[in-house]
Amino acid sequence: MAAATALSMPEIENKAMNLGIDLSTIDLDKIVLPPGDDFGIKSDDEDILHEEEAPEFETGYGNVIVVDNLPVVSPEKFAKLEGVIRKIYSQTGVIKEGGLWMPVNPDTNMTLGYCFIEFNTAQEAKEAKEKTDGYKLDKSHIFVVDMFDDIERYMNVPDEWTPAEIKPYEAGDHLQHWLTDEKARDQFVIRAGTVTEIFWNDARQLRPDPVYQRQYWTDSFVQWSPLGTYLATVHRQGAAVWGGKSTFNRIHRFPHNQVKHIDFSPGERFLVTYSSQEPSNPRDTHRVVLNIFDLRTGKLMRDFKGSVDDFTTGGSGGLSGISWPIFKWGGGKEDKYFARIGKNAIYVYETETFILVDKKSYKVDNVVDFSWSPTDSILALFVPELGGGNQPARVSLVQMPGKVELRQKNLFSVSDCKMYWQSNGEYLAVKVDRYTKTKKSTYTGFELFRIKERDIPIEVLELDNKNDKIIAFAWEPKGHRFAVIHGDGPRPDVSFYSMKTGGITARVSKLTTLKAKQANALYWSPAGRFIVLAGLKGFNGQLEFYNVDDLETMATGEHFMCTDIEWDPTGRYVATAVTSVHEMENGFHIWSFNGKLLYRIPKDHFFQFQWRPRPPSLLSPEKEEEISRNLRKYSKKYEAEDQDVSLALSEQDRKKRRALQEEWETWTARWKQHHEEERELRLQLRDGEPSDDEGSQEQYEAKEVEAEEVLDVHEEIVD
Amino acid sequence: MIKFSSCTVCVFASPIFVPLSPSELTKRKEEERGEEAIIIMRPILMKGHERPLTFLKYNREGDLLFSCAKDHTPTVWFADDGDRLGTYRGHNGAVWCCDVSRDSTRLVTGSADQSAKLWDVQTGTQLYSFTFNSPARSVDFSVGDKLVIITTDPFMGNPSTIQVKRIARDPADQTSDSVLTIKGPQGRINRAVWGPLNKTIISAGEDSIIRIWDSETGQLLKESDKESGHQKTISSLCMSTDKSHFLTGSADKSAKLWDTRSLTLLKTYQMDRPVNAVAISPLLDHVVIGGGQEAVNVTMTDRRAGKFEAKFYHKILQDEIGGVKGHFGPINALAFNPDGRSFSSGGEDGYVRLHHFDADYFSIRM
Repeated sequence: MAAATALSMPEIENKAMNLGIDLSTIDLDKIVLPPGDDFGIKSDDEDILHEEEAPEFETGYGNVIVVDNLPVVSPEKFAKLEGVIRKIYSQTGVIKEGGLWMPVNPDTNMTLGYCFIEFNTAQEAKEAKEKTDGYKLDKSHIFVVDMFDDIERYMNVPDEWTPAEIKPYEAGDHLQHWLTDEKARDQFVIRAGTVTEIFWNDARQLRPDPVYQRQYWTDSFVQWSPLGTYLATVHRQGAAVWGGKSTFNRIHRFPHNQVKHIDFSPGERFLVTYSSQEPSNPRDTHRVVLNIFDLRTGKLMRDFKGSVDDFTTGGSGGLSGISWPIFKWGGGKEDKYFARIGKNAIYVYETETFILVDKKSYKVDNVVDFSWSPTDSILALFVPELGGGNQPARVSLVQMPGKVELRQKNLFSVSDCKMYWQSNGEYLAVKVDRYTKTKKSTYTGFELFRIKERDIPIEVLELDNKNDKIIAFAWEPKGHRFAVIHGDGPRPDVSFYSMKTGGITARVSKLTTLKAKQANALYWSPAGRFIVLAGLKGFNGQLEFYNVDDLETMATGEHFMCTDIEWDPTGRYVATAVTSVHEMENGFHIWSFNGKLLYRIPKDHFFQFQWRPRPPSLLSPEKEEEISRNLRKYSKKYEAEDQDVSLALSEQDRKKRRALQEEWETWTARWKQHHEEERELRLQLRDGEPSDDEGSQEQYEAKEVEAEEVLDVHEEIVD
Repeated sequence: MIKFSSCTVCVFASPIFVPLSPSELTKRKEEERGEEAIIIMRPILMKGHERPLTFLKYNREGDLLFSCAKDHTPTVWFADDGDRLGTYRGHNGAVWCCDVSRDSTRLVTGSADQSAKLWDVQTGTQLYSFTFNSPARSVDFSVGDKLVIITTDPFMGNPSTIQVKRIARDPADQTSDSVLTIKGPQGRINRAVWGPLNKTIISAGEDSIIRIWDSETGQLLKESDKESGHQKTISSLCMSTDKSHFLTGSADKSAKLWDTRSLTLLKTYQMDRPVNAVAISPLLDHVVIGGGQEAVNVTMTDRRAGKFEAKFYHKILQDEIGGVKGHFGPINALAFNPDGRSFSSGGEDGYVRLHHFDADYFSIRM
């Protein structure tokens, strides 16, 4: 009855009254509580409690070591041996006063061949153990040194080996079940207020279809893994990933205190978590911790700890400016390598062993930026100009492993460079800002690398008007085209270029330029061909849906104040959202790829919208082409289905309307009856005024009344 | 005294009842019926108030429109052409609410100057002034006009109250005694009206709960369900003509229709902005809902975003029919002419807009 003693007697009586229990009939001593501390109520988090490491207890003997295999000596030699031991161990640390104790056999007065040494700190004890374990005093006396605490632990090891209990195999949840949706719909996650919700985008029914929702699911944000298998949530204690067939179950937790950022490797093999600790004392260094976990087993593969300076290049980032992700993944979907940039070097690690490739970093003086090819293990590096232009800036492509430089390009009077990879790793565009002759302003050009061709040819592209500022650049996913927003002022131009014009020796050339567009961001459909030109934020959410194959605008739209745009993974729908950057107009709209607004959902305190990614298609390119050629044949089935749905829908709709109308009529019939019954009473309240004409159409006529009033009469004689 | 003044009436002949955009029509399967209503109305812009409008009320015949604003002077207009007929001078604070007697002889107004005043509609003379120790928020004449509800705000430690006063036949006999005083629940009561046969009083306000009181004893009879009811301040309440049901608008971006006798929630109309004003059409199954951003956010809203539209919903189907644009501030007040052929809206921008429906409005089919 330990729990009951915490309550006062009157409280218990009250509680009993509420529950309808007569206390006098209960013999308190006969109540049998379920065994254990949990009163038989199983905690949801029980499994974690056991998973976690046993807490370390401070026994007070952490600074004591046991040195075994000493010579057994008689009392005469005792002092000498003690002196030798003291001398050895004084070198590794400070022995506490009276901290050396060599026990003696009381019968023979001989020593027992071991001694205890107590150091000032546990640190020193550990060091002493490491340094002197195996120390050769002479041929027959080799020290065996152990921590005092360990001895006890080893004593408790059972003598008989018991085989480890093998957990029965539990079939894992079907993590990719959402891909088997009959209607081939896509999912998305939204976060509004404290609630995180996952929906199907049911575009046929023009509404989202709820899948799962949960309050307080995450402490800061949620993130899908790159292939859509998991949803990650972030908490104070670490990150967790969720997934499964029907509901979202927790698959793994990744403990990392105060985790701030997370990043998945592109092949979903690893998860990187990051936390940083602002120093309380400004002179201390700003510590950061990075953990890399194996996503499938939840095992910590490697951790990186250090001051924030070690993880920034120092150049552009500034003191606290780490650019996330710190580790960039390379080698395509196999997640073979990951790399980070440091001072004058790039650190490339292998995921086989989690150590540096060739066991050393890749030295590149003054490197400021690098990026991986999305498909191959090729690194692109940028080194800025040095020595006031004596040494030109350069962009080079390096093959991993082996660090073979595949191609290098020197660039002069460069102020900045930005690298853009095409999603298949076929092209690399480097946007180069150069100083003009006066060095007062810059202009921009592009260096275009054709990675897959022999010798990696480079082409230089300059805009028609060299002085135009580049506002946005984007490659067509899996395609050979790119779009650029350029120009000054509120209405920049948008140009499209293709890498595959001019016959066999492909050349880059302009397809078209759209003049004076209200756009500052480019969103290509993941399937290519279509692009949304968007004027976000300052441009009030103007949207233009453009078909690059036919070079024509399909539709224009507006989502006022729009802050975010995301295509669904199949390129069928576009979501535009206003997140709570500001308080107004929060919510999202779903559009078809050709710019038809399908539905809109307003949500207050709207934080996040993210489509669930899909793994890449398993069809071969040939098969895909065949399907698109015979689209008519394949689509027939779906068209019929669509028709059924829309028929059913309108039928449903009509039914619903009729039901509503009928329901309403029953209401009004009852009201009319009431109204009639009360007619007399109302008449009385109105002192018998007869016209109870509510609802009847009494017409009034506006009459103009001329009122004449004689103000003053004044007579005047006129001759 | 009634002060006659040259009226400032501007007439615009532009189409302003904007039907929904084609995409929204698709949503409602409207194109299946092949009807696309373009409604052209002539709004009359009535500029007479210098401060935001707070309340609008038609008399029973529908020839007069009374408007209240924060500028201390309730005004009466011809409901047909928008001519200003006169003003009622005497209040010394924002006027929150008014009601006119069935025979259009008496007007009662409630004001932030801690008084509710009784006026002669025709002459503009102040007949009586009920004084309180906190602002009067809402007023409503009973059936028969013998009683009036006046609510007062919580102020300087006084709780909000609902008070019932008797209106004397002869203004000379008028006293300020309360027939009934209900010490209201927490928070401001934004609207209190009479139920059928003056037997009940229905109140709604800041605590987002609708309450029905016995008008004889002051006993609380019913409370609206917290789950299905409004989640934020209820800003407005409008009775149907036969008092069988009423509509409430709330800052939770919805308007809800309730049964007066059982307090059953009948319908919900979802908006994308806080609701400030609601009105029920006496003629068709339509409701009109107006609102806008809270005043602090107004400057951050583009007029084009359509937040200041008066939205028409189908009362039964709960579907949006269309919207009337025009105000450049939130709509604070809405009223239907009792004949259902015109309505007026009052905005934070200080204008009253009077709209006569076009013939097409009456042929909208859902």
